[in-house]
Amino acid sequence: MIQTTEHKQRKAVSLISGGLDSMLATKAMLDQSIHVEGLNFYTGFCHSGHTSAIRNNRKAKPKRNDALWVAEQLGIKLHIIDIVDDYKDIVINPQYGYGKNLNPCLDCKVFMVKQAKDWMLENDFDFIITGEVIGQRPKSQRKIFMPIVAKKSGADDRLLRPLCAKNLEPTLPEREGWVDRDKLFDFSGRSRKPQFAMAKEHGIEDFAQPAGGCCVLTDANYTKKLYDLWEARGNRNYELDDIILLKIGRHIRPQEHYKLIIGREEGENNFLEGYRYAYTNMRSISHNSPLALIDGEVTAEEIAYCARIVARFTDGKHADNVTMQITSPSTGEWQLNVKPLAETDVKKEWYV
Amino acid sequence: MLKKNGMYKMSQINPMAEPAKILDARRLLCPMPVIRIQKQMKELQAGDILKVFCTDPGTLQDIPTWCRMYGHDILNTEESATEIIFFIQKSLA
Repeated sequence: MIQTTEHKQRKAVSLISGGLDSMLATKAMLDQSIHVEGLNFYTGFCHSGHTSAIRNNRKAKPKRNDALWVAEQLGIKLHIIDIVDDYKDIVINPQYGYGKNLNPCLDCKVFMVKQAKDWMLENDFDFIITGEVIGQRPKSQRKIFMPIVAKKSGADDRLLRPLCAKNLEPTLPEREGWVDRDKLFDFSGRSRKPQFAMAKEHGIEDFAQPAGGCCVLTDANYTKKLYDLWEARGNRNYELDDIILLKIGRHIRPQEHYKLIIGREEGENNFLEGYRYAYTNMRSISHNSPLALIDGEVTAEEIAYCARIVARFTDGKHADNVTMQITSPSTGEWQLNVKPLAETDVKKEWYV
Repeated sequence: MLKKNGMYKMSQINPMAEPAKILDARRLLCPMPVIRIQKQMKELQAGDILKVFCTDPGTLQDIPTWCRMYGHDILNTEESATEIIFFIQKSLA
């Protein structure tokens, strides 16, 4: 049983996604003199600025982790927690099913609030806050699911949603007077106007994606690539490198048992360099060329065929002969002179 | 003396101060390098230096942000076309 003590500095742990809502919810608590520290969970599926930064490494846009940035703006500490392994079961076997794509939003919310509750108990904090708003999200933020998240996570009435608290039953922090319910909010629905108004009021002009939607599992293209990976392997497991690589490059699967990951520009090629130790890889040494990895077990004939495909993506795509340098972690390096496949021979259905 | 970007020159690092630990965070996308540093820092003594190898260009933003948050000093950053190396000194506080 959780014990309470009067007259002490109350401490809240805030789930910081890097979006505006969790930023505002945290600000609301700081304004009530609550000590707040942030938690951010790394699932491997976060689409922070870095994935695009890798692809567009010359762009001026800040290449930052939004959760870290938000925490610094708020003047709070952020604890980033790696939940990659534990999160697999949420992705693979969600109790409440998926959203439109492979997004297990409700299970994810329960899981993260439970993690926050455990952290709260371990670190002698008093309650948990989130930036949830009733009706903001079609599934995980429906009013009927809010009590489910509180109950299933074990957070119960120590889970406070400052932005929509007035639309919900008073929680322990409100009943005990740790926070003033009158200074909380009654936001609801999909409109972002109240959040934008509140941000303006607090002088917050720079914030990440409007609703904190940073999960690539909500993305149809990413979902397609993850399904493809599972189908090709015959099971629904994955490793961190697998799900990272799904964010990078063109993915071309000429046959069920292997695919090519081809860098689309310099930033991606540099990033893929780091995987050369683990994958058979190739690039042209006669023409400007992307780096390509082969994911899967392949024969020498298939490697030669891959070389013709990759040559298609070099500056020598119209040449009669392109020299490809192949490197295999197990068999070393060699060169192949190939004729690039014709554009029409790189079939559209190969693109994952 | 700090440079205006908040980092020390390499020549200002005590040449005797070898990194207490070396962390390979290459191929990891943020926030994984920060998570690994976070974990490693718990095992170091105040004043120890951690040398970190990264490839994610986002680390140039995030590692200094995280260090400011916890009071750790970035003594130096070395950048090449494919790699970024940080020298981080654990907070003396």
